[in-house]
Amino acid sequence: MAEHTIKAFDEEIDKLRGLIAEMGGRAEAAIENAMLALQRQDKSLAAQVVADDKRIDAIEAEVEKLVIQVIALRAPMANDLRDVIAALKIVGVVERIGDYAKNIAKRVPLIAANQRTLEPVSLLPSMGQVAAEMVHDALNAFAARDADLALAVIERDTVVDDFYNSVFRTLVTFMVENPKTISECAHLLFVAKNIERIGDHATNVAEMVYYAATGQTLPERERGGTQPLED
Amino acid sequence: MHEPQTLVPATETKMTARDVKVFYGEKQAIKGVSIDVDMDNVTAFIGPSGCGKSTFLRTLNRMNDTVASARVEGTITLDGEDIYAPSMDVVQLRARVGMVFQKPNPFPKSIYENIAYGPRIHGLAHGKADLDVIVEKSLRRAGLWDEVKDRLHDSGTALSGGQQQRLCIGRAIAVEPEVILMDEPCSALDPIATAKIEELIHELRGRYAIVIVTHNMQQAARVSQRTAFFHLGELVEYGVTSDIFTNPRQERTKDYITGRYG
Repeated sequence: MAEHTIKAFDEEIDKLRGLIAEMGGRAEAAIENAMLALQRQDKSLAAQVVADDKRIDAIEAEVEKLVIQVIALRAPMANDLRDVIAALKIVGVVERIGDYAKNIAKRVPLIAANQRTLEPVSLLPSMGQVAAEMVHDALNAFAARDADLALAVIERDTVVDDFYNSVFRTLVTFMVENPKTISECAHLLFVAKNIERIGDHATNVAEMVYYAATGQTLPERERGGTQPLED
Repeated sequence: MHEPQTLVPATETKMTARDVKVFYGEKQAIKGVSIDVDMDNVTAFIGPSGCGKSTFLRTLNRMNDTVASARVEGTITLDGEDIYAPSMDVVQLRARVGMVFQKPNPFPKSIYENIAYGPRIHGLAHGKADLDVIVEKSLRRAGLWDEVKDRLHDSGTALSGGQQQRLCIGRAIAVEPEVILMDEPCSALDPIATAKIEELIHELRGRYAIVIVTHNMQQAARVSQRTAFFHLGELVEYGVTSDIFTNPRQERTKDYITGRYG
């Protein structure tokens, strides 16, 4: 893309994109580390995820400030305007994604307190992996203004939903058979739900990226994460 | 009154231009422009210096006739009537299609006379009482009445720049035009005076077809419902203002409005 006549405008846009790339990388790492901590029952890694979330929140605040500055001083238009508005919306969503990862990490000590291993846990890391990749790809799509990659992210949301439905049924069955595990399984149910929400949020990010890149909003049927357990 | 930024479906096309070409001697300044201007929406012309937007604006009331080397081809109609037809009375045309210029240019006469002059020579008023009514109505519509009603016989040139420009708009309104052309009407004004003119444009919308040429893209975004982007004598893109500024179709439009031009 051609450069702006005013170079400081380009520098601000570059800074904005750099911050969002960093934020996306951190959110992706938070999901992966939270799932790893859960698998290995690693309380110190879980604590690290919780602590690292502060940086994600700080980036959100920094991006908001920068977007307001760019709008006030540069009056961005057309694709520039769509980019900065998308940036503002994306950081709000990625901050939520970070919170879901943090929430998973916070449950690790509670689940680890009970030494039983649970079968459904074996499905969760793969589910977490898909969600983390969706976040990764959605933010890469933003960096590259790649509408096709954004669409591919949106399509993958059903994979996460299918995982969720499967984990849900497994956990319910397990709880019926082993009522003493209910407290532990309830936590795992929340973990699964958190990952499912991360998938929806990644889908939202991809929709914003699609709009920023093309100027077109997606038709309603392709929008929004499909809701699990509604069929 | 319409909400400022909403496009109203055009009920009445006021002027149409078809394949208009303008030459200054050998040099072609406008390369086949076709556009419709309607009563319900303000049309803004934007583009870099020398793109032809002012030249094209001036074809709409035959201002280019005053330039000896200028030659216009194509068809321009007002209410379906060819304004370049030999039968067209140019003086009458310029009353129907009024113009406001970049620099306020009131006559060196009183405020009252600035407004009264046009209606008097066009025979729109019968006697002083008539004229008084027209002066008050025009100054009210121009948003200037309250500021000048107690000094109508002071010189028009003693007003501030913004007031002078509103006086010029009042002068254009006084002859009951159907179209008002504005050629960078705010470029010599401060932001407050500019805001008053922009507010006035909103109020006049619907009553007159308004076309405004502006270098200030924010102004085009604020006052118009349709925007036309000119570049090198071509009409590159003409569309709904909110679309042009959020999602232009043409690369050249995008580069210009995002500050990447040249």
